[in-house]
Amino acid sequence: MSTAVERFDDGARARFGAHGRTFVRENELLRHPVYSRVLHWSVAAFFILALLSGLAIYTPWLYRVLTPLFGGGPMTRLLHPWFSLGFVAFFALQLLNWLQPMSWTPDDTRWLRRLKEYVANTDKLEPEYVDFFNAGQKLYFWAIVGSSVIFLVSGVPMWFPRAFGRTTAAIGYVFHDLAALVMLVGFIVHIYEGTAAQPGTFHSMTRGTVEKRWAWTHHPAWYLHATGRQPQDDYEAAVRRQAGRSAEGGTPSMPG
Amino acid sequence: MPTGTLQVKAISGHSGTVPGAGVQRAEEICKYIDVTTCIGCKACEVACVEWNDMPFQQTTFDNTYQTMPSTAWNYWNLIKFNEHQREDGTLQWLMRKDQCMHCEDPGCLRACPADGAIVQYTNGIVDFQQENCIGCQYCVSGCPFDIPKFNSTTKKVYKCTLCSDRVGQGLEPACIKACPTGCLKFGTKADMRGLAEARARQLREHSGFVHAGVYDPPSVGGTHVIYVLHDITKPELYGGLPANPQIPVTYTAWKRVAKPIALLLSLFAAPVAFFHYISQGPKEPQPQPPGQEVPR
Repeated sequence: MSTAVERFDDGARARFGAHGRTFVRENELLRHPVYSRVLHWSVAAFFILALLSGLAIYTPWLYRVLTPLFGGGPMTRLLHPWFSLGFVAFFALQLLNWLQPMSWTPDDTRWLRRLKEYVANTDKLEPEYVDFFNAGQKLYFWAIVGSSVIFLVSGVPMWFPRAFGRTTAAIGYVFHDLAALVMLVGFIVHIYEGTAAQPGTFHSMTRGTVEKRWAWTHHPAWYLHATGRQPQDDYEAAVRRQAGRSAEGGTPSMPG
Repeated sequence: MPTGTLQVKAISGHSGTVPGAGVQRAEEICKYIDVTTCIGCKACEVACVEWNDMPFQQTTFDNTYQTMPSTAWNYWNLIKFNEHQREDGTLQWLMRKDQCMHCEDPGCLRACPADGAIVQYTNGIVDFQQENCIGCQYCVSGCPFDIPKFNSTTKKVYKCTLCSDRVGQGLEPACIKACPTGCLKFGTKADMRGLAEARARQLREHSGFVHAGVYDPPSVGGTHVIYVLHDITKPELYGGLPANPQIPVTYTAWKRVAKPIALLLSLFAAPVAFFHYISQGPKEPQPQPPGQEVPR
């Protein structure tokens, strides 16, 4: 990454930070600053618009259901590429913003090998090497990067078919469909993981903070970097505090 | 001559059955074009422009007698002029009236995602309904004959209607009515096919065109516009008429079969996630409130 791009990214992050605020309670850590949050929800809004307008054209079974949302078929067709460009533009900024924490490491390959345990909720705590993002999150992120490239390369000829020829558009739309299906599956999993599957995660993307116990549970290595404290030690201390309170017969409240 | 109202047979991008399917039976119609007797007078071009109320416009001169390089959104009927040098060095001037072929299996209709933007009538006419067209131009890439043309102002696609408005009233298409040589004829598919075969035989047996034949390509289920050609083995000579017109497989196998299945499989992620939550539960931040995990 060139330094000019780096400076642009740093500048944007600082400007957004100056305009927003995040309140971090005593038992919390700052996870997503204003810039990341604004980008995330901008990407999300354009993604949903592009997804719905795209699915309207995808199959006759959805055409009549979804096109009225955008003011009819012609308007759906007109807007879809612009929604997509909005998505790509904001995601490009997010790519710069998250390039460093999203980079793949050997630990991520290790994490993927125990995907079965992760899905089955076998371990209460994530392995100690899980940093700011786990391998699943990185996989989704890079799948979006890859899909966006496919969307652009196949989508532009579909937008201007006369300029690219009959075959390019006819074949291109298959790749467009495949990328969309990958994104759709990822999107469903992403919503589930970000809401119901992990209490506390949704708050990190709305108001920017997570509880410390959330951090040592899901991202121990990040907890270590963010606080300088050992996640395992703090977790065990919390367990002892909770056991002590239970023995005293007090109301069990969550320690920080 | 077919009479009666136009009965819809197939509708693009339509999720249900075709309304009124099978209540009425119509003869399949056909336009017969004998390129061997065409004199290139362009009366059909003028008749098409006049009947369809399209403005006369500047033509493009490219050292031929051809009005313009290809058909346009408001110019549906074009005689293609081709100078062909035969093996003995003599000149053969090939003139072919280019317009929509009204395929029995239309690539445009297969490609179209918009409900009702393209209809195929039981008499064989494939007609664009611009009020339902969304301007995606998939039809352009679905058509093996390069016929649908996009108007970037209206954001709609247009092409020859085979004068469905005239045919529906029992009249012949405007181009047929204007033809002075009788190289254009109009009638039922069976009649026109028979006439074409007879003419091709005449060309083979009496006029020395040993390769004369009828162009009615089976790869698109036959067409409702058929040609009698001097040389059926080289249709490309006639301004790029494809020998084996094909609808891209992405509009057949992928669109009809793979697409809906792939979408259903993808959406299956939602119930999987839901029942994961119901059966496994969430990953709570640790330590959880005191309690006991039971295996049921």
